[in-house]
Amino acid sequence: MDSPYSETVMDHFMNPRNVGEIKDADGVGTIGNPACGDIMQMFIKVENDVIVDAKFKTFGCGAAIASSSMATELIKGKSINEVLKVTNKAVTKALGGLPKVKRHCSVLAEQALQSALNDYYKKEGIPSPVKMKSEEEILAE
Amino acid sequence: MEGIINFDHAAATRPLHDVAESMKPYMLDVFGNPSSMHSEGQRVKEAIDEAREQVASLINASPEEIVFTASGSESNNFTLKGVAFANRKKGDHIVVSAIEHFSVLQAAKSLEKLGYQVSQIPVDKDGLVDPDDVKKAITDKTILVSIMYANHEVGTIEPIEEIAKIVKKRGILFHSDGVQTVGTIPVDVKKLNVDFLSFAAQTFYGPKGVAGLYIKKGARIDPLIVGGIQEGGRRAGTENVMGIVGMGTAAELASKEVAKRIAHVQVLRDLLIQSIEEKIDHVCLHGHRELRLPNNVNFGFEYIEGESILLLLGMENILASSGSACTSKALKASHVLSAIGVSPEIANGSILFTLGIDNTEADVNLLSEKLPRIVDRLRAMSPLYQK
Repeated sequence: MDSPYSETVMDHFMNPRNVGEIKDADGVGTIGNPACGDIMQMFIKVENDVIVDAKFKTFGCGAAIASSSMATELIKGKSINEVLKVTNKAVTKALGGLPKVKRHCSVLAEQALQSALNDYYKKEGIPSPVKMKSEEEILAE
Repeated sequence: MEGIINFDHAAATRPLHDVAESMKPYMLDVFGNPSSMHSEGQRVKEAIDEAREQVASLINASPEEIVFTASGSESNNFTLKGVAFANRKKGDHIVVSAIEHFSVLQAAKSLEKLGYQVSQIPVDKDGLVDPDDVKKAITDKTILVSIMYANHEVGTIEPIEEIAKIVKKRGILFHSDGVQTVGTIPVDVKKLNVDFLSFAAQTFYGPKGVAGLYIKKGARIDPLIVGGIQEGGRRAGTENVMGIVGMGTAAELASKEVAKRIAHVQVLRDLLIQSIEEKIDHVCLHGHRELRLPNNVNFGFEYIEGESILLLLGMENILASSGSACTSKALKASHVLSAIGVSPEIANGSILFTLGIDNTEADVNLLSEKLPRIVDRLRAMSPLYQK
């Protein structure tokens, strides 16, 4: 069946990686609202400055689910310093591209990740180096 | 395509074999321009005349009351703008409902920019227009009321005859967008007492790119396209001959088979509604339960998003449609669902199934078997869903 998405997007939509919640997560970020059609929730577990586990839950379209799945894959096993550099562009690239109207979904993935990192820093009592950016700011980069 | 199950008949039906066969000579052999005096031209003219009779007969009109157009959207634009321009001296006020097709709503918006006044009347939670609201909206300046016969998304059938009584009593022109009804349920323009009625071949197993507008004898309307005497001067331009011939055949078949078609799809519709309500929790049927097109099923599935549902249905070769923001180019949820008071999150999780004569009970059973799994699978991923 033809789809508007790349094979990688369809793979991550059909077989999403890391779906679920982490009960004792070190950071949780939630972005979006159901009125717009997407909510993304990201959970991270951090040990010695490394993301040892990441999970997500998403209400949204195929691109939103695939972006969440890919974002969790991109950060698992990486140091926080590396993860700070993971952008929507990296998610889109890893997915083999997204239709233009769906770039918004990769932005949500970046924002959900930033939000989870902020939550982690807050819980640790460390000033966060992450500045939450709007969709416009991210797309302008 | 083999193996595809089409539950998206409101968007397009597969042209019937007889329809395609009737069009073939006008691609391969008969090529004249119907406006030409010579024999080749006249042969084509006769074919168009015959199609006009077939189409007129489907809706109980006279052949000269039918104008062929290229789409339902054109028929709707034609009516709104043509009536507005032709009747400008009489008034400048138009009444439409909130759930009209975009081709009505946006034509009305264009007219507003030209200084016309537009009143948009609301609908109730089932998508019904209250004739009393139409009565209240009418002013001394009203020149046109346009209320669709049945809604393209939620399938609600409007009380057109009742509204016509009110509108005609005031001597105002009345248009109804009948794209989803003509060929699907019996339509009689005399009984309805409308001045204009839009319809399109693609909803009744005819070709795409051909449609029509019923214009009651004497109803004042300016043409949208000028520069020729085709269609009695009401639409200039060389005719879409094979499309028109195909629509004629489709109309004749629809006249003969409409009762059979209703009986067929209505059983499937009721079976599908029943299975979804039995097998899946947190769902809501959009639109009126009784005053409903026999082929329409529209459900909101809570906690999940429509495009994801469509993609997973697509993996099973099942075609449907959604009112979700994510499936619209404008990234906005359906204006129809919003007008009947459905919250944006549920609108985003809405799926429209429209049935047709090619669907079988086995198709419905397959969908009823696959759908609960698809919904469960997406709910398990949704941060909104708590078991």
